[in-house]
Amino acid sequence: MKKFTMALAAIFLAAPLWAKVHVVSSLQDFSSIADSIGGDRVETTALARGYQDPHFVDAKPSFIVKMSRADLLIVAGLELEIGYLPPLIDQSRNDKIHPGSVGYLDASVGCDILQRPTTQITRAMGDVHPYGNPHYWTDPDNGRVIARAIAAKLSELDPAGKSTFEKNLAAFETKLAEKQKEWDAKMAPYAGTKIVTFHDSWPNFAKHFKLVVAGHVEPKPGIPPTPSHTLEIINLIKTEKIPVILVEPYFDLKTPKFIGAQTGAAVVTFYPSVGGIPEIKDYFSLFDYDINAFVSAMKGHK
Amino acid sequence: MKIRKPLALCLGVLAGIASFSMGQETQPSPKPTPVPTAEPAPPPAEPTPAPPPAPSQASNYFNPSVSVIGNFLAVAGHNPVENLPSFNLRESEVGIQAIVDPYARADFFLSFGEEGVNVEEGFVTFTSLPGQLLAKVGRMRVNFGKINSLHLHVLPWPDEPLPVVNLLGGEEGWIGTGVSLARLIPMPADIFSELTLQAFRGQSEGLFEARTRSDLAYNAHYRVFFDLSEAVNVDLGTSYGAGPNATSTDETKRWTKLEAIDFTLRWKPLRTGTYRSASLRGELFRSRRDQPDSLGGRQTARGWFLSGEYQLAKRWFAGARVESSDHSDDGSKRDTGQAVLLTFWPSEFSQVRAEARRRRYAGGITANEALLQLQFAIGAHGAHPF
Repeated sequence: MKKFTMALAAIFLAAPLWAKVHVVSSLQDFSSIADSIGGDRVETTALARGYQDPHFVDAKPSFIVKMSRADLLIVAGLELEIGYLPPLIDQSRNDKIHPGSVGYLDASVGCDILQRPTTQITRAMGDVHPYGNPHYWTDPDNGRVIARAIAAKLSELDPAGKSTFEKNLAAFETKLAEKQKEWDAKMAPYAGTKIVTFHDSWPNFAKHFKLVVAGHVEPKPGIPPTPSHTLEIINLIKTEKIPVILVEPYFDLKTPKFIGAQTGAAVVTFYPSVGGIPEIKDYFSLFDYDINAFVSAMKGHK
Repeated sequence: MKIRKPLALCLGVLAGIASFSMGQETQPSPKPTPVPTAEPAPPPAEPTPAPPPAPSQASNYFNPSVSVIGNFLAVAGHNPVENLPSFNLRESEVGIQAIVDPYARADFFLSFGEEGVNVEEGFVTFTSLPGQLLAKVGRMRVNFGKINSLHLHVLPWPDEPLPVVNLLGGEEGWIGTGVSLARLIPMPADIFSELTLQAFRGQSEGLFEARTRSDLAYNAHYRVFFDLSEAVNVDLGTSYGAGPNATSTDETKRWTKLEAIDFTLRWKPLRTGTYRSASLRGELFRSRRDQPDSLGGRQTARGWFLSGEYQLAKRWFAGARVESSDHSDDGSKRDTGQAVLLTFWPSEFSQVRAEARRRRYAGGITANEALLQLQFAIGAHGAHPF
């Protein structure tokens, strides 16, 4: 009997004294930041993988199961998830995570959002986002804003963990500030460099690291390369002496490689999200990897 | 079947939903998401001006999102059985959708043919019910099998397969007006498992006919979905439906009972999935239709289709379908068909699809046809079909 009581006590003491906050996010970037802030008080799941086109995620019913258990849903917003998330939210049977409810966090709020249309837009422009470019987490300053928003939201959902979240947020910010110095130093020699990217995923990254996006391999957002546009890009790269073409991992490398072969520009697979490859295991290693890839491409080019 | 029972059931479900919604009103409504506060951020390298708001008018804030999908079909070849017009703007589907309140959303799909309008669907969905429940009330495509629950424009073909045409009352399929209640059934891991129970007025063109108020149609659907791997997933469903058919008289209520099994197997590698993917789907139907002895008594009819689709490139898909179905009112008559398809998507919002189709109808009539479909969507960005 005594043994049984001891065993029972051991089970209860071993279990955490609080219920974990279940966090579901659309992107691995947000779950990585939520892990940093929440520590062992949270359990995170991301719907899209880091090597997947975040515009085209399938609305799989298995996501409904994950979302039905969530206390917090973190989304990129700006209609990045419009193709799959709204029906999943409706079917989640979980009104805590409905837009406007306490368990819904739009990570774009407070971030520096670029390319907000100021004139009438139409789909003749391709798949444009009416609320601005949704790839904003590629600016580490926005990462800081997102981390603060997540910390505030977790404190609201789990008040007992508030001091933990604040401590973890402070550690995240300290590390981010140190890392930013390192990244800025590595990128400083290339300020003003013109680049071509496959999709328009990099305005925030380019702004932060002072690169100039001169063109895209896609003629318009969401429209695959055409021969005439590819020729224009080849001419652009030749006249402007553009050294690199950055390609998101989920696009076909055929056209970028052809352009590279014609112009001598280096083709670099550039990961927009955590989890793109196993090495990119968190928000910091995302920038570590991309910046190293960029720098070595630039050095190889010279 | 007793008269009162089905009616009482429906009213009970409705009353339950209504009382729950009202009960919610006395509780504090969800707080708006607070804007994350706020220690001042370290000054960015260059101060950014406040972004201008997206152009909009305040009076439009609560307008529903509106979309229109045009569905044009051109047909060549000779077919004395299904005599589709040469050129036809078959459907202009207007979708009007919005959140009603913290407890519900509403969806209307008005289908404009070249002549006349049809409410294809118009329902409210209660999304905040307890007990893992989701309720829909209104007019809706019935969750019988998989294809029947989908709108024409998201099908992988320009035409409905034969078992839908022959066993579910025609191209439109089974659409019902009534109530639907769906519950998630907990399963291990992330297996999605859902039971849907539906009760409708016993009226759906070509399928059911309600002579009195107590003539209702019912449907039960159980669906399981699971991921075999990151890239491969399986969708399985089984359905049972029943309703009064047109041969009923004041004295005798005659039923049509329907059963279906559906499966969909999808392969889509996540990294390259916008360039290369494949799916295989099939459904098996059985219809048992009570008829007076003068019409041969009860007719048992079976039907099935099997269809595959392979993505050749970012915007190109090839497909094939085989199909077979008996006639619901005469189980001895059988139609069969084969088709090959090629689809091109200029963008996410338009689609051109060509189909070469051979159908052999009961009575020895063979029709070889070419179908060319053009679909185009404007307005609000809908969810991608899955």
